[in-house]
Amino acid sequence: MNKYVERIYNGLVKENPTFVLMLGMCPTLAVTTSAINGIGMGLATTAVLVMSNMLISMLRKIIPDSVRMPAYIVVIASFVTIVQFLLEGFVPSLYSALGLYIPLIVVNCIIMGRAESYAAKNPVVLCIMDGLGMGLGFTVGLTAIGLVREIIGNGTAFGLQILPGSYEPVTIFILAPGAFLVLAGLVALQNKVRNRAAKRGAPMTQVSGGCADGCDTCGNAGCGGNRYPSGQEE
Amino acid sequence: MKELLMIAVGSALVNNVVLSQFLGICPFLGVSKRVETAAGMGGAVIFVITIASFFTSVIYKFILVPTSFEYLQTIVFILVIAALVQFVEMFLKKSMQSLYNALGVYLPLITTNCAVLGVALTNVQKSYNILEGVINGFAVAVGFTISIVLMAGIREKTEHNDVSESFKGTPIVLITASLMAIAFFGFSGLI
Repeated sequence: MNKYVERIYNGLVKENPTFVLMLGMCPTLAVTTSAINGIGMGLATTAVLVMSNMLISMLRKIIPDSVRMPAYIVVIASFVTIVQFLLEGFVPSLYSALGLYIPLIVVNCIIMGRAESYAAKNPVVLCIMDGLGMGLGFTVGLTAIGLVREIIGNGTAFGLQILPGSYEPVTIFILAPGAFLVLAGLVALQNKVRNRAAKRGAPMTQVSGGCADGCDTCGNAGCGGNRYPSGQEE
Repeated sequence: MKELLMIAVGSALVNNVVLSQFLGICPFLGVSKRVETAAGMGGAVIFVITIASFFTSVIYKFILVPTSFEYLQTIVFILVIAALVQFVEMFLKKSMQSLYNALGVYLPLITTNCAVLGVALTNVQKSYNILEGVINGFAVAVGFTISIVLMAGIREKTEHNDVSESFKGTPIVLITASLMAIAFFGFSGLI
């Protein structure tokens, strides 16, 4: 497989940020009240991820190691601000639906994690593809969760009525508890698939570094564990 | 006074930061295995969010607004918070050893907690003044502590329960969170 296509496959399937790595849980739960919102949030994150990966990769030989975390934060926050203004100007309905969670893309583990673990070490084009793959993987995850919640909770998919009018929507699925419930179901489903594959003796790629494993790993994956290198403290 | 109380109750219970705003899910799932560590995390979060909401409110009001650089708020806030966490850690290490021992390990994790930035941005969005902002920040953090300590208590009790294979680990925690979120709906009558 071409190494550029491999990056996309890696982000979409092998290391899918939502289902495999379990990164970026806050937006995953918060904005997936409908499939459209899920796509919007996913694409906004993808845009930031691609651009920040690109710029960080370009600057990787210039940024001194000791200040790399603040530098990454500035880069990411700048792109988030740009995306925020673009959304406000061109898709105001999505902007108001996502609200607070657009500026909060800054603290999304995925972006910092990719900057630290991939963009800081690899050439520009590969990093762009990596950002694209990861971003699309995130988008797919959010859309899937949004779709499940929208169909059960509202009887619609992408705003179109798909269940018959006699169906009484289970409103709780588009409220806060439904987010936890749907994610629990999807993770359990994934565990089931993995367990079965493990029983068959298929080689399992153990991927760790998700928030679900505990915050220590999440921090080490790039959110903050390395934010302050020990040499800097004293 | 009444408005301040309304803000506090609203942020701590009715719009609970974890269970209805989905901020700070990472530590909520990761550090809720033991009540003791959950309480430590909660204490550190209260400490940092209260200070951070004070500083971000002040900076917004006295630096960003007069120079009409409001659009830089995201960048400025995240840098202020990152610097502040670092500074608080150094300060506690030097001068308040006992508090550092209790909260120290949790402090670096807090920068990853999107609740801190979330509170700072909410304060601006709802145009709270500095006192309201600090009260809001404190209340949000108290709400976080309540939910993470409750969650840890439930997880300690249910640790040895016979959960089906696929639901072990994260899924059962998420289902517990879902039930807690339903329970927290009960507070919505308060305001």
